[in-house]
Amino acid sequence: MAIKRRDFLKILGVGGISTIGVAGIGSLYSRAEVEVVPHTPPQGALKAKRWGMVIDVRKCIESGEECIKNCEAIQACHLTHNVPNIPDKKKEIKWIWIDNFEHAFPDLKDQKIVEHLSRFPFFLLCNHCENPPCVRVCPTKATFKRSDGIVMMDFHRCIGCRFCMAGCPYGSRSFNWIDPRPYLTKVNPEFPTRKPGVVEKCLFCYERLDEGKIPACVEACKSQALIFGDLNDPESEINKILKERVSLTRKPELGTNPSVFYVI
Amino acid sequence: MLEHALKGSKKYWLWLGFLGIFIITGAYFYLQQLKIGLGITGMSRDVSWAFYIANFTFLVGVAASAVTIVLPYYWHNHKVYGKMTILGEFLAVSAVTMCLLFVVIDMGQPMRVFNVLRYPTPNSILFYDVIVLNGYFILNLICAWTALHSYYKDSSYPSWLKPVIFLAIIWAPFIHIVTAFIYQGLPGRHYWLSAIMAPKFLVSAFSSGPALLIILAALIKKVANFDIGEKAFETLGKTMTYFYLAFLGFYLFEVFTSFYSGIPGHKAPFIYLFVGYEGHAEWVPFMWTAVILAIISLIILLNPRTRKNQTLLVLAAFTVFFSAYIEKGIGLVTGGFTPNPFETVTPYRPTLPEVLISLGVWSTGFLVLTVLYKITIEVDKRKNLAVKLKG
Repeated sequence: MAIKRRDFLKILGVGGISTIGVAGIGSLYSRAEVEVVPHTPPQGALKAKRWGMVIDVRKCIESGEECIKNCEAIQACHLTHNVPNIPDKKKEIKWIWIDNFEHAFPDLKDQKIVEHLSRFPFFLLCNHCENPPCVRVCPTKATFKRSDGIVMMDFHRCIGCRFCMAGCPYGSRSFNWIDPRPYLTKVNPEFPTRKPGVVEKCLFCYERLDEGKIPACVEACKSQALIFGDLNDPESEINKILKERVSLTRKPELGTNPSVFYVI
Repeated sequence: MLEHALKGSKKYWLWLGFLGIFIITGAYFYLQQLKIGLGITGMSRDVSWAFYIANFTFLVGVAASAVTIVLPYYWHNHKVYGKMTILGEFLAVSAVTMCLLFVVIDMGQPMRVFNVLRYPTPNSILFYDVIVLNGYFILNLICAWTALHSYYKDSSYPSWLKPVIFLAIIWAPFIHIVTAFIYQGLPGRHYWLSAIMAPKFLVSAFSSGPALLIILAALIKKVANFDIGEKAFETLGKTMTYFYLAFLGFYLFEVFTSFYSGIPGHKAPFIYLFVGYEGHAEWVPFMWTAVILAIISLIILLNPRTRKNQTLLVLAAFTVFFSAYIEKGIGLVTGGFTPNPFETVTPYRPTLPEVLISLGVWSTGFLVLTVLYKITIEVDKRKNLAVKLKG
């Protein structure tokens, strides 16, 4: 039986579409392996297989209200990275900030644990997830995951589509709705300032790690509530703490595997 | 054929001028936005996509809906849609034009738009969306223009067009499926994290698209004496009805899943949209307007007698169109972002510049549509005249 040209074209069309479909689906489901960008740290840099942070909220509350109110860790981060101080809550930029338990862990509400924990302050920042949804959705690779686990952000490649903000389940990303420069009281010439129209967030002080220094917030925290280290090194300080104490991560059910842990 | 767009009655030029005012106003405010940044919109750290992207999403549906006419006509040789098909394809062209404009307008750094092609990222759904949208735009332009040109030359369309038409038919659902995937694969966005999102998008599109076509066809019947025929109206009405019913059903399935499961995060966006959440009720009146519009359209559409009445059908088309617009063009995006990841509410309201820029985009779309329809109508008029003279 001869195939009519019309039918042949139909078959060809359907075949072509399914091939593209299968190839597309293949690349979409490889999400656990979002392309990792190899990174070779310069000489003298701090090195790790997977950078992570432990936040000891008990130490934080022990340091007193005054310390929490004028948190030096937050100030150090924002000064180092030229994070503007925009008073309008809707347009604000923040890399690290403090919120209460109910907001940080909204899925744990209505539990007995809330009563106990609602008095603790919780530091919020980018979780540098093992499976970062922001990296998966970025259409230009402006945000990417480095081989040491840091989720990076290239301000110069970002097109400002804000897909990463929709993708981030932790509200960790900020967008420059307006020119941030007039809202800087002091400019750190070592770090770029931003233009309007790009997304930004905590970068785990990748630039300080290159110089052999720990992140600015960790260094500035007086009560040593922030501990930074290699999650893949069993001897690291953070792994020792995680072994001894109960820890929480935000929204574990989403499978993003945050690299930021909270110990109580 | 293009010359037909350059000659027209006073009314035609007045209409174009009217659209022109909105386009210029929109362009002015867009220049402001370029200078100041997206800060002139009502968007915020928490509601980081809003009116622009919502309009984009809605219009992708309108564009995809051309398939509801093209498919019966070409695939099943449904002759009733003879005159309708080109109108449907040109509507798709104009809708995609608006989509692309809305996407560019929503970008923080529009001059970097080509980064999407310079650094192709196949794990980003946006990458596929760019491909399907531009592809669909070109396919429809080729199909409609060639078909119209053949009609103008009094011949049937060339044989090479057939595979292009079939490709366009297969392509159409994908533009909306891919757009739905932008939303439905995001962890932590309860309102969007649903497998029914893509099918719901399609049925919503296949009802609101024909609704707009019914309105447009009734309009050009009145102002340009171009009649697609009673049968075409009737069939379009049926298409709109069935898909609208499916859409309402799908929406209610979502409500069932959220409220029967009782998961707070899944219920919260519905509560926010329909009754207000923690004292915030910005979109409640809109959502209930959509419900009332839906009820009116059901009353008209479910009874074949009222549905066959053209005036009532046009009224029903308006109610379907606007209820779908409210659901998808407002509710969907704000509902996805509210409550935010901290389960708190940051209210969103579009600002005046934002609305005027959007209006400018819609006017641009209608300008493109008017010009393309004008050409179609003139070609048809000349044909009829030739037939009359020959006869």
